[in-house]
Formats: sequence, C-alpha cells, structure tokens
Amino acid sequence: MRILPQPDNELIVISVSINGSTQHFEHPLSIADLIQKMALGDKRIALERNGEIVPRSQFTQQHLVHGDKLEIVVAVGGG
Amino acid sequence: MTNDPLIIAGKTYCSRLLVGTGKYKDFAETKAAVEASGAEIITIAIRRSNIGQNPNEPSLLDVLPPAKYTLLPNTAGCYSADDAVRTLRLARELLDGHSLVKLEVLGDPQSLYPNVVETISAAKTLVKEGFQVMVYTSDDPIIAKQLEDIGCVAIMPLASLIGSGMGILNPWNLQLIMERVQVPVIVDAGVGTASDAAIAMELGCHGVLMNTAIAAAKNPALMASAMKLAVEAGRAAFLAGRMPKKLYSAAPSSPTSGLIK
Repeated sequence: MRILPQPDNELIVISVSINGSTQHFEHPLSIADLIQKMALGDKRIALERNGEIVPRSQFTQQHLVHGDKLEIVVAVGGG
Repeated sequence: MTNDPLIIAGKTYCSRLLVGTGKYKDFAETKAAVEASGAEIITIAIRRSNIGQNPNEPSLLDVLPPAKYTLLPNTAGCYSADDAVRTLRLARELLDGHSLVKLEVLGDPQSLYPNVVETISAAKTLVKEGFQVMVYTSDDPIIAKQLEDIGCVAIMPLASLIGSGMGILNPWNLQLIMERVQVPVIVDAGVGTASDAAIAMELGCHGVLMNTAIAAAKNPALMASAMKLAVEAGRAAFLAGRMPKKLYSAAPSSPTSGLIK
C-alpha cells in the first residue's frame, strides 16, 4: 500500500515499520499526522513505538524517525 | 441469588458466566449471544489494525460498549511473557487505563496448553505495573497458589483444552485448587455444553468462562441462554448442598407404614 507519492530527490524520506510492513513517508511527520493519513482518527486504537506505549496525548508531539517500529492495535473478538 | 454476588478485585458482579467474543460469524451474532448469556464480563482480543482497509468498518467496541460491559482484554495467541505484557499494556492504553485483564500465555499452538513458567513471569510484571490479573492456567493446585501469592485477582484453570469441548476432565484438581486459593476460581476453557458448566459450579467454582461452547453451537444465542441457566442452576445446587452419594438406601421416600394389606 502506498500512502505518499513515489519518493523523489527533493523529499527527505524515512522508512518506518508499521505492523510489520515497511512504509515510506515525507519527513517530518507526527504520529497524529500518521493516524490521520491512515484514516484511523475515529477508531479506538493503541500505539506502541519501538516497544514503548505512546499515550494518545503525545501523538501530536512525537515525530517519526527513520527506522521506527510501530504497532497499532484495535480490539477484536476473542475468547 | 441476588445476594450472592461474584466479587473480583473488589467489584461486584451478578452473573457468574463470563463469555468470549471470538469465532462468531458477525457482530450481530456476537451481540445476540452475549446478551442472551447475561454475562457482564466479556473477553476481547488485541490485534494489529488493518491499515488502510475499510476505514468505516464497525468496531467490536461499538457493538459491545465499554460503558455497558466489563471488557476483559486477553493475551490469547501470546507464547512468551514479553508478548503478553506488551499486549496488555496496549490494551490498557486502548481502554483508557482499564486495569482488569486476562493473562494467558500458551505453550504450543496445537494443544493451546498454558505455559505456566511464562505465565508466572508475566503475572509478576503485570501485578507490579498495577494490573488486576485474572490468570488462565493449568489445573495444577501448586501453580494456582503461586499465582495467587503473586497477586492475581482470579485463578482460571482449564477444565480441558481450549476449544476442545471435552468438559471437566479433572474435578479433583479443581477441588484441590479451591481448597488452596482464596481469590475466585473460574473455570476457563473446555466447557462443551450446559451440563459441563453446571458441574463446574456444583463443584464450587466461582464462575465459568467460555467462548467456543457458545460460538460453535448451531444456535449460539440459544446455547448462551442455556449456559446462563446452567451456571445459575449449578451455583444454586452448590449453595443448597447436595445429598451424600450412597450405593443404596434403606430409606424410601414414601412412608413405610399404612400400606394396604
């Protein structure tokens, strides 16, 4: 899935792993921007960055850097 | 039965049936079964979001709102203490600080038998971090006691393997656990039909947690209501105190005098 146009020489592009798949983004990008781009804004989610929980209150302050590993989760049916 | 509440971590529940929300064909079926079960505590799983797919897809939490139910996030599918702890930290964030959780660390993907070594390790970390841990475990009474000593708020031994529907295979071990543990003992996994749930409750278990027995029934909502009745009946029979078993009785139920000649 491509979220941004093909990286070109005029952009600084970073690679971030999201739920195990590598995505490329224009830098700088906050976690709030990312959530917006992914149309997850209205969903109840939780996010882990490099093994640490990022509280929702910090989504606008934290900016993604090259090599970040994110996990974004939702609640699903389970026993 | 109204003054016989189930108390877990200081909170009072009327229903002693806890249900899972997996394996249903859609949310409508999930909702119908959960409502028919009368359960107040329902388990959910935490999974990666489907990025960019169906942004308008309804969410489980729209169907089963946290305001109406006590949601119990689980760690099903975790095979290490680390993964289980990470999953529940995410769950706590997802549910706005909710700390009641179901810990389950599995040992192998075929049997889904619990790995008690990893379970104990995860329980220690989670209790230290302020979680209220309801813990799925084997029916080993020594491990059950250790989990209580660590600070778990409910011990949830299997009756038989997850999804097997084999019923209560070792009632003696369940009794050993109940003799040793002060916190609620809730049979989790293995119940196949209503009589299994009733047996668990007659043994004195404080509750029963099930998913597949309801979800895999031909009519899940009807089975959910059967389970509700079975748990209530089993609990009432336990409180009533059953008659002792005897090979035979020389005391018939009808008067022995006044028979016509």
